Amino acid sequence: MFITINQVQKQYSDKNNQPVDILKDINLTVQKGEFVSILGPSGCGKSTLLSIVAGLTKATSGEILVNNIKITKPGKDRGMVFQQAALFPWLNVMENVTFPLKKEMSKKQAEEQAKKHLQMVQLGNYTGHYPHELSGGMQQRVAIARALAMNPDTLLMDEPFGALDEQTRARLHGQLENIWTETKKTILFVTHSISESIKLSDRIVVMGTKPGTIIQDIKVDLPRPREKYKKEMLEIEDHIMGYLKREIDKVVSEELSNAASS
Amino acid sequence: MQPAVKRIIFFAAIIAFWEIGSRLELWMPIILPSPTMVWDALVTGFEDKTLIYDLAASFKRLAIGLGISLVIGMGLGVLLAKSKTADETLGTVILALQSVPSIVWLPLAIMWFGMNEKAVIFVVVLGGAFVMTLNVRVGIKNVSPLYIKAAQTMGARGWDLFARVIFPASIPYMVTGARLAWAFAWRALMAGELLSTGPGLGYTLRYASDFGNMSLVIGVMIIIGVIGSIVDQLIFQRVEKSVLQRWGLES
Repeated sequence: MFITINQVQKQYSDKNNQPVDILKDINLTVQKGEFVSILGPSGCGKSTLLSIVAGLTKATSGEILVNNIKITKPGKDRGMVFQQAALFPWLNVMENVTFPLKKEMSKKQAEEQAKKHLQMVQLGNYTGHYPHELSGGMQQRVAIARALAMNPDTLLMDEPFGALDEQTRARLHGQLENIWTETKKTILFVTHSISESIKLSDRIVVMGTKPGTIIQDIKVDLPRPREKYKKEMLEIEDHIMGYLKREIDKVVSEELSNAASS
Repeated sequence: MQPAVKRIIFFAAIIAFWEIGSRLELWMPIILPSPTMVWDALVTGFEDKTLIYDLAASFKRLAIGLGISLVIGMGLGVLLAKSKTADETLGTVILALQSVPSIVWLPLAIMWFGMNEKAVIFVVVLGGAFVMTLNVRVGIKNVSPLYIKAAQTMGARGWDLFARVIFPASIPYMVTGARLAWAFAWRALMAGELLSTGPGLGYTLRYASDFGNMSLVIGVMIIIGVIGSIVDQLIFQRVEKSVLQRWGLES
């Protein structure tokens, strides 16, 4: 297995110093080149899980192996794309994309590498622009190019299109699918959108909340591009909604009782 | 109406009122000399070059003092932001010192360095250093965690992370800090010169006052104000604005 998540737990201490389970008994394996979505309602710990895989957050217990190496810290083998583009505003597009390449190759090589990936997200003509001159969708594409340019085996994406409008999101779905087919990266994609996960992924890992656990692992066996299979996609959506509804009801009723008691 | 036009009309009205009041002898010239007298005093001052020497001397002290204070402020600011212990000990002292007008250090400075330029520069340094320190500290502490996380996933850590991400990300705060440091340093310089030795704008101001030359007193006050606002508006505010825009903090 390329990524193995083994018995991962994550606890936080709340205000009264009581441990709260964020993630409980997470076991998951991902094959090389697989596109896996992690789907769940807000608060289920899906972003925390991704952050642990990235090495940015420490698990309370359990271990994660990527390519048979135990994860202890962030590394260039795992590129990360956040919900906000997180581009450095003092650098232009080219300098942002070459940021991770500076140490390991010459300037010229780095720029060639960057240019190649900027063309992949169709921003080859924007190398001299600064982030504040780009739209949200363009910024996110630069962020994807930046993550790809360091040639990681794995791409971790934390609701990367969550802050974008519907049309932009649909366009970027297409681009991401092309990039994935072209580069064969292993992608872990966190989202709360059921349709997004069905459209993009080979497998959907459905998470429940309080504590965050994996409740279903669903294979999506539809040919790509999937626009033609609207009916089948809707069926899967209904199927997943069945699992999620209980979880969402749980969150809502808890919020209501919290509101009533405060 | 353009703001510039409004301003011109406003200043013209004030000067006209001032001149007419003086001509009608509503007040004595020793209390408030007329604008023409102030103008004459300024022209004489520039013609015999005393004011030019004063400006050169004052700016030299300011440049040295402000330069030192920015370097100190940068160093202390980074230290306070990075070390919790330093912040909890030295930080409180700096916060207290920041509320002390730096001119009150002058008597001590004269004892330490003598009645000379060093004493004035010392006061200028104290005027600018603490406000710079506090801004650099806040700037570094306020760097978005997202930038740091993103940089970490790209392999940056330690000094590399600081030099390539944390430092540049806090530049907007440093520019604001430098602007405030300049304003405090400029005030400290004038007070220092007024109370110590020349040449310098502040010294000439006191000299003129000792000889009852109120026209020159007002003339020098006008020079101080004009320089203060020119440097602030034409240099610092522009730099600050373009930095804020580039850093995406202002559209």
